[in-house]
Amino acid sequence: MAFTPESQTAVPRLPHVHIEPSHGWASLRLADLWAYRELLYFLIWRDIKVRYKQTVLGVAWAIIQPLCTMIVFSLFFGRLAGMSSDGVPYPLFSYAALVPWTLFANGLNQASNSLIDSANLLKKVYFPRLVIPLATVLSGWPDFLVALVLLVPMMLFYGLTPTWHIVWLPLFLLLTLSTALGVGLWLSAMHVQFRDVRYAAPFFTQLWFYASPIAYPSSHIPEPWRTLYGINPMAGVSEGFRWALLGVETTPGPMLAVSILVALGLLSSGAYYFRRMEKIFADVV
Amino acid sequence: MSAVAIRVEKLGKQYRIDGQPARYRTIRETLMQSLQASVHRAAGWGRSQNRPVSSPYELLWALREVSFEVQHGEAVGIIGANGAGKSTLLKLLSRITEPTEGSIDLYGYIGSLLEVGTGFHPELTGRENIYLNGAILGMSRASIRSKFDEIVSFAEVEKFIDTPVKHYSSGMYLRLAFAVAAHLEPDILLVDEVLAVGDAAFQQKCLHKMSDVTQEGRTVLFVSHNMGAISTLCRRAIWLHKGRLAQDGAAAPTVTAYLNAGSATSGRKVWAVDERPGNRSFTLTSVTLKNAAGEIVSEVYLSETITVEVEFEVTEPGTKVVLSLNLWDAHGSEVFSSLSNTADNPYHGRPLQPGRYCSQCVIYGNLLNEGRYYVTFIGVSGYWSDGFRTDYALAFDALEDGVLKRDYPGRYGGVLRPKLVWTITPR
Repeated sequence: MAFTPESQTAVPRLPHVHIEPSHGWASLRLADLWAYRELLYFLIWRDIKVRYKQTVLGVAWAIIQPLCTMIVFSLFFGRLAGMSSDGVPYPLFSYAALVPWTLFANGLNQASNSLIDSANLLKKVYFPRLVIPLATVLSGWPDFLVALVLLVPMMLFYGLTPTWHIVWLPLFLLLTLSTALGVGLWLSAMHVQFRDVRYAAPFFTQLWFYASPIAYPSSHIPEPWRTLYGINPMAGVSEGFRWALLGVETTPGPMLAVSILVALGLLSSGAYYFRRMEKIFADVV
Repeated sequence: MSAVAIRVEKLGKQYRIDGQPARYRTIRETLMQSLQASVHRAAGWGRSQNRPVSSPYELLWALREVSFEVQHGEAVGIIGANGAGKSTLLKLLSRITEPTEGSIDLYGYIGSLLEVGTGFHPELTGRENIYLNGAILGMSRASIRSKFDEIVSFAEVEKFIDTPVKHYSSGMYLRLAFAVAAHLEPDILLVDEVLAVGDAAFQQKCLHKMSDVTQEGRTVLFVSHNMGAISTLCRRAIWLHKGRLAQDGAAAPTVTAYLNAGSATSGRKVWAVDERPGNRSFTLTSVTLKNAAGEIVSEVYLSETITVEVEFEVTEPGTKVVLSLNLWDAHGSEVFSSLSNTADNPYHGRPLQPGRYCSQCVIYGNLLNEGRYYVTFIGVSGYWSDGFRTDYALAFDALEDGVLKRDYPGRYGGVLRPKLVWTITPR
């Protein structure tokens, strides 16, 4: 082998980190988050693994929650109250919106407790703190997938076939996750300072549930109010899932645009608020 | 290659000590406080500007004006009393918390071991925890995979690798946790007292691993109360005192300076009221060394029986007091420790009423070797909980009096030099 002086002197440049007090609004440091993507992967994997190891029914819970709610709703709203359901069978109508709602609500509640639950990590190791709520929200995917797959036999039973709208489903899934993460970031950062959040978050989620068109359609609401209703991003999500999966006639259109804008607003404000509070996490938690 | 690995400039960290015992607050408290503040402001009108505003918090500088540089390949020990800012320094260096002032520059990949087993999940198996913990400590999946077998064999848990760690014994758990951490290969390693866990054999193994790491030319910052480990592993030591840098230099003289500074060399240490070591049940007020004649001394002869007296004040009725006397030598190695639970008197193990008490510990003659010794105490109340320790409270010199030595002219080897029974018989 030929001797090359370069190979002797080529010392790999060491990474340099400069630390000083930050003031006001910190940058999001998304590059740092990218560098820790493997940690994100492992935390998601841990959450999923532990959830299924600790429960007796395991993956069945993914179905039980939306399925039971759907049955109760079909009985009371569908049968007794005769709620209209945009021309599709009521059980399908409510279930299609319950699937993303369950992903949202579980993600939100777990994210809001996530920092407190990982207090030990926060106090002992450095990593971008955004990884923690992000992992809890993303770890809901197996449950979501199982609940979604159950829709297939249900649709076959009612003789419904999905339309080409289904290609838009990933967009609505992304909207659900963004909303859950956006609100989850706000709540998790607040939770470190205010322990009220543990009690407030489930209550808040329940109110939100009734404020979203899950048991009822939003098509009853006249324009321009229907568009304004999109301020609740879960309205856009519920209508979007029905439109993409069941092919209901009511295209979410302008309402969806409002929902997307609000979700992006929640996500970015949540991320900046989280980063601003991040420096006190280890001292307070 | 000599290049800067760590540069710390005028580093400071201030903590708020809230008046309330709870460190977190509820929204109600925050609302009430801001309401009260605005009422005060409204009631005080302009006058309030002349009055000194009382801060709702007490502020404390855990670290202030600390500057130093560490070159690549150096192993540096960080020493100092409890609360001197050692752990705060490591937390700042490892980016767990942010400084209040000053700056830090780090060149290289940083690995911090402030605790072993961080992020271990009891429900996951050993194998799963290795991957998870490795990722938390900043290892890539590929590097964990390549070191997996090495980690498992270092931890000696081959048989149980697919068992959830909740079924592990505490020793196995610690071994596995340390093994993962020890296979982290950062350029700069920050270590906080992780060696103070596990059994003696395991501690020895950890120390070996640590010395391997320093010999590989990695930069190591090592916080420990074990002055012996600091002296053997590190060539340089930084002594922090009340948040400030007291001394920075070669390990041995810095350790000695630290040990001497904290200890009374007059044979008696009396703590100021606000500095008394203790917990909520009892506090130590003074420690005194007396010779066989009952005089307070700081020099004792090897053959004489000496007594260490510790005075304490019980503040909570019904406190059961247990004390431990720990003796250290000049190199910072622990010579022995002795627990008061062997005390043969009516006061031991009894719930004590508030008041002042004195406990005596007699150290027989012909036990120690020549040289300087340091006395520390550990206090425990109740059922082996609520422990606290003093820093080095007393220093004394043990002097040769020739009783045991007779006509031997040299020095005795070893830490102790007990008088044992010798016989010689013809066979």
